[in-house]
Amino acid sequence: MFGTNLLANFEEVVAVILFGIGFSTLLLHRNLIKKIIGLNIMDTAVYLFLASMGYIEGRLSPILQNGATGQEAYINPIPSGLVLTGIVVSVSVTAMMLALTIRLYQRYHTLNLDEIYMFAQREK
Amino acid sequence: MKAGKKMKISIDRLRAWSERDTDRDYPFIPAEKSPEKEKREAPDPNRYKNAFEIRAFQKVYNVFSVVFCLTLIAVLLITISYLPRFGEAGNPANNEVEQRYIEAGLEETGAVNIVAGMILDYRAFDTFGESCVLFTAVTCVFILLKKKPTDAERENDRLYEPKNDAILQTAAAVVVPFGILFGIYVILNGHLSAGGGFSGGAVLGACLVLYLLAFGFEKTERFFTERTFRFITVIPLTFYCLAKSYSFFTGANHLESHIPLGTPGAILSSGLILPLNICVGMVVACTMYAFYCMFRKGSF
Repeated sequence: MFGTNLLANFEEVVAVILFGIGFSTLLLHRNLIKKIIGLNIMDTAVYLFLASMGYIEGRLSPILQNGATGQEAYINPIPSGLVLTGIVVSVSVTAMMLALTIRLYQRYHTLNLDEIYMFAQREK
Repeated sequence: MKAGKKMKISIDRLRAWSERDTDRDYPFIPAEKSPEKEKREAPDPNRYKNAFEIRAFQKVYNVFSVVFCLTLIAVLLITISYLPRFGEAGNPANNEVEQRYIEAGLEETGAVNIVAGMILDYRAFDTFGESCVLFTAVTCVFILLKKKPTDAERENDRLYEPKNDAILQTAAAVVVPFGILFGIYVILNGHLSAGGGFSGGAVLGACLVLYLLAFGFEKTERFFTERTFRFITVIPLTFYCLAKSYSFFTGANHLESHIPLGTPGAILSSGLILPLNICVGMVVACTMYAFYCMFRKGSF
């Protein structure tokens, strides 16, 4: 069932396990702040996965140095740029979610999703 | 003695919060009491125990969530075991796109830092979109959280924070000037070394927030108001937009630069990358600071 590269790809394994931890936090907790923390852990897992995809053993970071200009001297710069995009989007989404959570707390005085549902139902 | 008592109260609060005891009203956010709160009857502590279906659903939901997450992890692990080996040069991710960026990057963009050349020249519209995402997020937070400060808050803007903390003020007086210098250095050197607009802007924003934490709003209001925020975010975004739109008038071929690139390695080189880095850094710093102000007080 398993292929041959599971142990060689241990960074991706760590990323996947982090992703699972974040996802279960998102599903199991009823507290909205903890759900947001879970989503952020998932984001981190994706960054780790992307960054490990671009790494090449024994090469330098993609800043030209020592006069070397060939591809064989540097790691892949594309995942670094994609991680940058991911971080920016994650920051924006987190701020947006926290602001919405604050508004919910001001209205219902609770962070528990079930109770928010209950009060919202009662208001209808 | 007093400090110990305070500590105990805050631990009780934290525990009650984590155990979802919502019967009491904790000042998590300085909200005025809403009229709904007064009308609402006290929640029955046995409200979940009586409802068998809810408890059963909760259990089934928890078990299902754990099973789902474990299945997801297992599927992804199996996929990973078939991926190419970590850190090898022949992996399919390292293809001709990367080769082009590294080998022609210096010549075409003039930037020593290939990532900066990539995100601010080849993929400049992508970075423009990112800055706009930040701007949109800060606008949404404004819409959701902006409010006029109450009278008590206007008199004393640190109702919920320690006032004039000596340790914090001394530390901030040492850290903030060097932090701001470092942030400016990271932004200006973005095309020559590691760093760039996003990281330098985050450093600058963190320093502004630290200064605000230590010395309060009456000090930061002297140089940073809502008007300043509006100018410092909108003008760089407009400049970015106009600076990159020029390629539409030169045949929409974005790869050929019509701006002299200068000597690689000099601070004034690589065409538009340095101004664009400064724009992005200003937008990011202002966004960080605005997020903090909105979450703390609801205004600048």
